[in-house]
Amino acid sequence: MYLVVEQLLNGLQFGLLLFLLAAGLTLVFGIMDFVNLAHGSLYMMGAYFAATFVAWTGSFVLGALMALGATLLLGIALEYVALRHLYGRDHLDQVLATFGLILFFNDAVRLIWGPAGLALPLPTWLTVPVQIIPGVYYPAYRLMIIVVALAVAAMLYLVVMRTRVGMLIRAGASNREMIGALGINIKLLFTLVFGLGAALAGLAGLMQAPILTVQIGMGENILILAFVIIVIGGIGSIRGAFMAAIFVGIIDTMGRAFLPDLLRKVLSGAAASTAAPALSSMLIYLLMAIILVLRPEGLFPAAKR
Amino acid sequence: MMPKLNVSNAVAALICAALILLPVYSAATGNIFILTLFTRITIYALAAASLNLIMGYGGMMSFGHAAYLGIGGYAVGILAAEGIGSGFIQWPVALAVSALFALLIGSLSLRTRGVYFIMITLAFAQMAYYVASALSRYGGDDGLTVYKRSDFAGLINLSDRNQFYYLCLACLFGGLYLIWRIVNSRFGLVVQGVRSNEQRMQAIGFHANRYRLVCFVISGTICGLAGALLANNTDFVSPAVMYWTRSGDLMVMVILGGMGSLFGPVIGAIVYLLLEELLSQFTEFSGLILGPVLLLIVLFARGGIMGLLGRMRRV
Repeated sequence: MYLVVEQLLNGLQFGLLLFLLAAGLTLVFGIMDFVNLAHGSLYMMGAYFAATFVAWTGSFVLGALMALGATLLLGIALEYVALRHLYGRDHLDQVLATFGLILFFNDAVRLIWGPAGLALPLPTWLTVPVQIIPGVYYPAYRLMIIVVALAVAAMLYLVVMRTRVGMLIRAGASNREMIGALGINIKLLFTLVFGLGAALAGLAGLMQAPILTVQIGMGENILILAFVIIVIGGIGSIRGAFMAAIFVGIIDTMGRAFLPDLLRKVLSGAAASTAAPALSSMLIYLLMAIILVLRPEGLFPAAKR
Repeated sequence: MMPKLNVSNAVAALICAALILLPVYSAATGNIFILTLFTRITIYALAAASLNLIMGYGGMMSFGHAAYLGIGGYAVGILAAEGIGSGFIQWPVALAVSALFALLIGSLSLRTRGVYFIMITLAFAQMAYYVASALSRYGGDDGLTVYKRSDFAGLINLSDRNQFYYLCLACLFGGLYLIWRIVNSRFGLVVQGVRSNEQRMQAIGFHANRYRLVCFVISGTICGLAGALLANNTDFVSPAVMYWTRSGDLMVMVILGGMGSLFGPVIGAIVYLLLEELLSQFTEFSGLILGPVLLLIVLFARGGIMGLLGRMRRV
């Protein structure tokens, strides 16, 4: 029972992290109609920046904040120099260009930080387990991820639904040309949205960094998961991304935790130990395939364009 | 129809001649490396050409095409590991399994369009990747070594460098010829019609998805052949062949060379792999140059290299 609670929390934590990544992706996709494969690279850069700045300043929080700022700036620079010229182009052109950026960032990181991964050590006050309900302890750091990600999600909701900028973002998602025609500085808006997405990806990367190692290519696997989420949730829909991210996080984590035991009850030991890891890794993709076959527009499609 | 004489066709003909004469050059200079490099290039060119059939002519943006490379390769590798070394069994099985896989994922994926199609094909390729990683009997994550290349009963010796190169080249030319015939057939014209206006094709009585699906299966089967060649070339097959970045590589080759032109993917594969190889000669950070080059090509050379050549003055 305790194990189930713990794994549920792990799933929630992973899902929220995925949401941070997917939110930026779905905004950029929904508003600029831009497929950004390099989003995973921004996630990786966030983690590398954090590892560097934390080691440099000696403070986890300060280093994390600096890393966040650095990823934001990097995102804005990237948009300004290259990506803004690709809006309105064919999706395939965007795929090719941002695929090139992945190659660039991977080797840039190899050049600057070396091929070996980095570790981002946690400060001691985050390593203690916290008793959440009697008898169940949960690592403070993972708890902090949940809290921070929920706070960011709430903030994102408030910004998008309650502010003027948010109104413009939503308007941009439903009709780009129209808000341009109404005299809104659409270029600036796009740059802002891209920077916001980059910062969110960086935040996800730097928060994930202490749990996994910081390494080259860390963004590639998770990028695909983020794409799965925005496709399941419906492209351009933040609410959909949120639901789908939590859904995917929990299913993925629970699948990895409990599927092997479940399979062992049905199949023989050898067959189960072969099938379990494959099935638990595939679960998400299987889910997406089923959802797309049944509802090709995703579960929570954004307003019709 | 007689091919017109223009810059792009002249370049294509020159490249074909160079590919045919390459073993002579290799033997004369003793440069074995270039032959092995180009063996790999022809195999990837075949895979890219098959992707071009659905992407360029069919308008189906498959982001999971590397799956067939893996499936064709694993068919050869697994049969070899089980003691069936004959290419007359291995290769038809590789083609059949690829075709079946394409039929399965095609019939599900073709319900979606656009970005959703890109993502669902990617999802299926990732599933194939994880299945291969879990095949612990056949190496799992580490991959499977193919100890003996396919045996064609003395007809052709795949372990001979030159013979294997010409086999790969023959497969490439055969594949291109097939694609050329398909594209110019009634079937191919329907597929291209569906790409440009699906509703209109439906309205005049064509079952659009059925044509699309057949095209998708043909493409997957050709790519499965490339997979069988690749496993023989590297004597090894691993899940990494099916990872999504490899599908990305194939897409890059097609777009780089020129999507929707018969010879474009071949040029794309040659340029992309040569660039990768050359850059790695003098820097271990080839991506630092290759990445921005791709970006620049997208920004300034629409339609890929073939598009650039096409805009040049007719000879």
